[in-house]
Amino acid sequence: MAATAAAGAVATDEDARVTQSAERTIIAEFVDVHRHYVMGKNVVKALNGISMQVRKGDYLAIMGRSGSGKSTMLNILGGLDRPTTGEYRVGGRDVSKLNDDDLSDVRGREIGFIFQSFNLIPQLTVLENLEVPLFYQGRVGRESRAKAEYLAERVGLGKRLEHRPLELSGGQQQRVAIARALMNDPLFLLADEATGNLDSNTEKEILDLFDDLRPDGVTIVIVTHNPKVAERADQTLWLKDGQVEKLVNNRTAVAANGGHP
Amino acid sequence: MIADTMRMVKLGLKSLMLHKLRSCLTTAGILFGVASVIAMLAVGEGASAETLKQYREMGVTNVLLRSQKPEETQQSSASSMMSTLSYGLFYQEADRIQNLLPQATVVRVREFQRPVMRGENWGQTMIIGTEVNFLEVTNMKVHEGRWLTELDQQRQANVCVLGERLARMLFPLENPVGKTILVGIEDRFEIIGVLEYQGRAASPNGTTLDQCGFIPMTSSRRRFGDTVRNPLINRWEQVELHEIKVKLPSTAEVEGAAAVLDQMLQGEQVHRNKKDYEITVPLELLRKAEATERMFNLVLAVIASISLLVGDIGIMNVMLATVTERTREIGIRRALGAKKKHIVQQFLVEAGVLSALGGLVGVGLGMLVPYGIEKYFKQPTDIQAPHVMLAFGISAAVGVVFGLYPAWRAANMDPVEALRHE
Ligand SMILES: Nc1ncnc2c1ncn2[C@@H]1O[C@H](COP(=O)(O)OP(=O)(O)OP(=O)(O)O)[C@@H](O)[C@H]1O
Ligand SMILES: [Mg+2]
Repeated sequence: MAATAAAGAVATDEDARVTQSAERTIIAEFVDVHRHYVMGKNVVKALNGISMQVRKGDYLAIMGRSGSGKSTMLNILGGLDRPTTGEYRVGGRDVSKLNDDDLSDVRGREIGFIFQSFNLIPQLTVLENLEVPLFYQGRVGRESRAKAEYLAERVGLGKRLEHRPLELSGGQQQRVAIARALMNDPLFLLADEATGNLDSNTEKEILDLFDDLRPDGVTIVIVTHNPKVAERADQTLWLKDGQVEKLVNNRTAVAANGGHP
Repeated sequence: MIADTMRMVKLGLKSLMLHKLRSCLTTAGILFGVASVIAMLAVGEGASAETLKQYREMGVTNVLLRSQKPEETQQSSASSMMSTLSYGLFYQEADRIQNLLPQATVVRVREFQRPVMRGENWGQTMIIGTEVNFLEVTNMKVHEGRWLTELDQQRQANVCVLGERLARMLFPLENPVGKTILVGIEDRFEIIGVLEYQGRAASPNGTTLDQCGFIPMTSSRRRFGDTVRNPLINRWEQVELHEIKVKLPSTAEVEGAAAVLDQMLQGEQVHRNKKDYEITVPLELLRKAEATERMFNLVLAVIASISLLVGDIGIMNVMLATVTERTREIGIRRALGAKKKHIVQQFLVEAGVLSALGGLVGVGLGMLVPYGIEKYFKQPTDIQAPHVMLAFGISAAVGVVFGLYPAWRAANMDPVEALRHE
């Protein structure tokens, strides 16, 4: 009785989050985004008219077959690349036509990157790695140090601040990377196969960490091949040939099928 | 700002520590370049400074006429075997020079070796018979007592002024002024003064002024005559004046005066066809030495530039390799918000740190080498601050310039490509 009630409460919570989505602010938005690669006479339409939105608090997985345009989409979402045509809005501002410096600022202020291969800077300590994003904002100082200590604690590595990346396990390195992605209070985290290099136990730990962060209002976009990883997200955006094939609500989908996918 | 710079330098050092050996070797290129430039310049400067000093001491407004023994033809040597050999400058020639160049100060000089003795202290030294103006022309000063006067000349007085070293040899404990010394076998001279220590190079006669004794020209003539026995060839030589020093009011008149003097002496019967005098123009020597020095410095500068260039090419090479190796890092930094200028800065600082480190150690080594040369080879050297700064500055600046291209390459990588690297 009590157990059902508890489960029901959780379900209501989840439902509320998804159903209220229309009211939450849009923090990233694609408006008919195309990304074409010109290869001699051929034009590869890696993204071919994508419109989508990420709202505050979303946990979105992007899936699709190889070559469907996931990485291309991720690069544009991350401000590493620009659409050929169409608009990409971050926090309401069109960033698709910004120059290199301004786009760098968007990356540095609004986006937290998490990579498949962790991508910590080997010659720097954990603390120094954490401070890198703020360094480029000119915000390194006592405050940044306190923040780094707090986030390291948050991801369970409070005692490893002076270690070098290579002295840490893969899971630990990815925790540092997650902490680093949070250093600049980004609008959203952008994870590219964040667990691709980890064993399943560690993968679970990292995904649990994502769940832990969500109550703080963290927004997560994750690109993955792995259905198990995608399942942990609220929604999955399926790409096919550079277009949105479908947007699946993982919560209602499970509920509708009575728990059978 | 300063904190940021410190951070960048620290980061640069950390990145360089990734490849210690490679960084050290690159630094060594700069190091030896800078060190060799500083050492070469110091040694060159020391050698030329010594020469220049010597010429300056001879007096830049002076023209020096010196008697020299003419080269003997066989016939003349045979015919004059028994007779006294007479050559060189004459007393009256000094007067004629004075008439020719009324603005000049003309001083006669006679030199002869004599033993001098004071009690138990004695030695063979150079006695110089000269005139009152000698002091002014040679730019020396009296330390104690007084210098020779016209009255001493007129009286042919037996008075003597001692060079500082000679005074110390003869009077190690007492004040020489007022005491007498024995010059030669029988002539007693009263000491009337002692000169200041000069520390100049030896004159053509082989002694330094500090070792000489100075007596009135008239006295020297009367006591010792004009003939000297040359002990080497056991022959009597007659030389009236060993030297005539002519001091002109300004350097502008020196060359003209030298030409006039040469012409005058050439015109005289006694000197014709017999090179028995020599004209030395310290100013000319000085200018030649300075020209040589400039040439030398130019050659050094070229060599220096080449060796520094080689070191800096090494830096560029290493920075290019570094940039390629750290493509991934560049991608990460760009993803985390680094602008192009940040990446340029980072690699420039690294290049700068490499070249500055090399430069610093190079300066240290470059200053040590001349020190060693001075200590063990007794060669004068002269390390000049501008040279040190120049060598260091050039190496550091060119290091940064050569770091520009690799840094520019790093900054202009496509972040997406960079992240995909490896
Ligand atoms: N730099 C590029 N130049 C030319 N074509 C490119 C480039 N990058 C991607 N493409 C093409 O765009 C399409 C989408 O590529 P993308 O890398 O986005 O696929 P993906 O979904 O990430 O695939 P995977 O799952 O294999 O990583 C592919 O056809 C690819 O060949
Ligand atoms: Mg991909």
